Amino acid sequence: MPQRGPLIFIVVLLLVAGIGTAWYRHTTYRIPLLPGVQQTVWQVEARVEYLAQGGATQAFLTLPPDQSGFRVVGEAGASPGFGFDLNTRDTQRQAHWTKRFAQGEQILFYKLDLVRDPGYEVLPDPPPPPDTPVWEEPYQTAALQLLQSVMPISADARSLARQLTQELTAARQSQNVALLLERYRPATLMTTLLNAAGIPARSVQVLELEDGRRRQDLREFVQFWQDDAWHLVDPGGTSPDPARLLLWQTTTPSVLEVLGGSRSRVTFSMISQIRPAAALTNEQAPGFDLSLYSLPIAEQGMFKLIMLLPVGALVVALMRILVGLKTSGTFMPVLIALAFLQTNLLPGLTSFILVVAIGLLIRSYLSALNLLLVARIATLVVLVIGIISIVSVISYRLGLMAGLTITFFPMIILAWTIERMSITWEEEGPKEVVVQGGGSLLVATLAFLVMDQAIVRHLAFNFPELHLCVLACILMLGRYTGYRLMELRRFAVFNR
Amino acid sequence: MSDRWISPLKLRQLGIMGMNRRNIGYIGRYNPRNRYPLVDNKLKTKVVAQRARLRVPDLLHVVETQHEIEGIQAQIRDLSEFVIKPAQGSGGKGILVIIDRDGDLYVKSSGARLTLQDIKRHVTNILSGLHSLGGRPDVVIIESLVKISPYFSAISYEGVPDIRVIVFKGYPVMGMLRLATHASDGKANLHQGAVGVGVDIATGRSVAAVQNNRLVTHHPDTGTSLQDLVVPDWRTMLLLAARCYEVTGLGYLGCDIVVDATRGPLLLELNARPGLSIQIANNQGLLPRLRHVEGLEDYYLTVEDRVEYAMANFRHFPDQAPAAEPVPLTEEYP
Repeated sequence: MPQRGPLIFIVVLLLVAGIGTAWYRHTTYRIPLLPGVQQTVWQVEARVEYLAQGGATQAFLTLPPDQSGFRVVGEAGASPGFGFDLNTRDTQRQAHWTKRFAQGEQILFYKLDLVRDPGYEVLPDPPPPPDTPVWEEPYQTAALQLLQSVMPISADARSLARQLTQELTAARQSQNVALLLERYRPATLMTTLLNAAGIPARSVQVLELEDGRRRQDLREFVQFWQDDAWHLVDPGGTSPDPARLLLWQTTTPSVLEVLGGSRSRVTFSMISQIRPAAALTNEQAPGFDLSLYSLPIAEQGMFKLIMLLPVGALVVALMRILVGLKTSGTFMPVLIALAFLQTNLLPGLTSFILVVAIGLLIRSYLSALNLLLVARIATLVVLVIGIISIVSVISYRLGLMAGLTITFFPMIILAWTIERMSITWEEEGPKEVVVQGGGSLLVATLAFLVMDQAIVRHLAFNFPELHLCVLACILMLGRYTGYRLMELRRFAVFNR
Repeated sequence: MSDRWISPLKLRQLGIMGMNRRNIGYIGRYNPRNRYPLVDNKLKTKVVAQRARLRVPDLLHVVETQHEIEGIQAQIRDLSEFVIKPAQGSGGKGILVIIDRDGDLYVKSSGARLTLQDIKRHVTNILSGLHSLGGRPDVVIIESLVKISPYFSAISYEGVPDIRVIVFKGYPVMGMLRLATHASDGKANLHQGAVGVGVDIATGRSVAAVQNNRLVTHHPDTGTSLQDLVVPDWRTMLLLAARCYEVTGLGYLGCDIVVDATRGPLLLELNARPGLSIQIANNQGLLPRLRHVEGLEDYYLTVEDRVEYAMANFRHFPDQAPAAEPVPLTEEYP
């Protein structure tokens, strides 16, 4: 073979560079090679956007209070040209940005690093006894009737809160609840009702921590006081893991206050990392950091997915070059696998097969219309979106939340898949469709299984240099001249 | 080893070429990328072949744009038999063979009848790139149907058989007769279900036959025995195939030849990525022959010299006339 020397040289170089850098970072920065060894660090980023009106401007962002379960290890506000300080107003911490003159769109960031630590306790201040709420008619009567119906079937604050949640979220609301919900938001209503029953309660804003989420909003929950502690309850009826709930705001009326600006909005991005405390403290030191950690959190969340793509590409190369599986569209399986990462395997497989099958059915009618190719694909894109909407609505009505994840599939890819399979069907028969479709799904499933491994996710994101090794493997596969596994079957006739 | 699998070692010993080796060792190495359009575009192949005075089926019409489709009616009104194919189709995709007329209807080789509307749709599909590599917009070729010669009509079913010859650096190294079947819809492509009959380079005699990667002894539709065929005009075909090396400049090439009842062997199309099933049909691996040719030191041989050499050295039946002095093989093959 020609030019084998340079290839081997490049491959060795890549392997040495990849493994060497990974080992150096492991020993120097103590980044663990295995996931789950260290504590989870949550990085939360609040992004404040508003339109400044040309003049002095100030922005106040309420910050989460010191609370049990989360230890703050670092915080910073980054906004060029703004004065920034942290202060406390009425026991509530807040970030304060100021600028003499600003016009147009302003974007301010506040970044918070938290370590999840179940042993971390903060003693809460006992609340004052609740005021007796004042209602207007007809809400007074409705509220009293509602309380009278649930009081007898509850024993304490906790069971009363649970009963109220059930009333508020029941599929068939009572007339009283419907009337009250027209006037009050669920959290406010629940707080007032609990106060009316003599239980100290307040409505709070919480942030649900989920890895890789971007542009999230705060959610309004209710806290009630029992056994010398505050307890969280969601008036919407869900019961999220308390370890994933960060209390953001407890007293002031609004989270964000902007003077000299309009159309203000705050969104949150977050990401969980496995990092030692040493690295966290290093981060604040000035320096030229080339790691992915230095990116804004929203982008880091994206890179967690992007960094898995090379692994998927390697799986496809292996399956096609070493095994010889047929797939419809070379790298279509990787995109499907990426969607599986969000939907999970079984719901993903089911919805994929469902959409493609319905699409094929409709596509067979399209054949008769004699359309140009581009128009046909465009038609399919619209149809795929239609199918996806219908499947989502139906599955939601049936109570199958898994059906909603169908929206994660790349729709253009789905449309092309349907088109290609339909052509294959017409030209080479249904058997070939099953072979190619099955091959694609098999490769997608394998790619998913590999990409979903905690160790693979951990290494791909925390040691991006290992992708040089992936690259080396792909390059070597590119020069593999041996037999494919399927050929050992194909040429079995030579066994005689 | 069971019957369904074979060990890679044994395949190596037999010199069977796999897909990866073909792609890297032969196609990637001997076929210059800039020559591909010559064979990937059948219209270009036809033009180049005609300039080299190679015989090809007559080109009747070319449809290049969507608005020319309306004129197609006038073009095919008086034709009763013709072939519509995409210029850049691969693997026999998009080829429509019309063998007769039934009033306003067009009869396919399978007997199915198509309306003019069906044919226009097919042409639209081809133009929008449905059958071409990578979905590129394509051109439609309408060419005359090759009239099957009496010798082949006895063994083939629906459609004209063709002869695939692998030409390596100008030497014909392996040949195969491809017979259409009912399953292949009149097309002679092996992966669509056609029967491949290995043909001895030295003699033109059939070696073995294969359908869907399985050995067969008789044609599945006509029941003709495929065991003692001798392809007529074999030397002429090898000469035609070997000339394609100079015409295209491609070192590893598959030439598809058809035999017309009146005009004799015609070059149908060329393939820069010929398939591997020819090895099964010939009951022999390609690698020893390819290495043999790679080890030759002759150059500037004429087409006749190369065909002469191939016929003398690449024989399957040892009992026939003696070969020329054997040339030592390179590398590990004894």
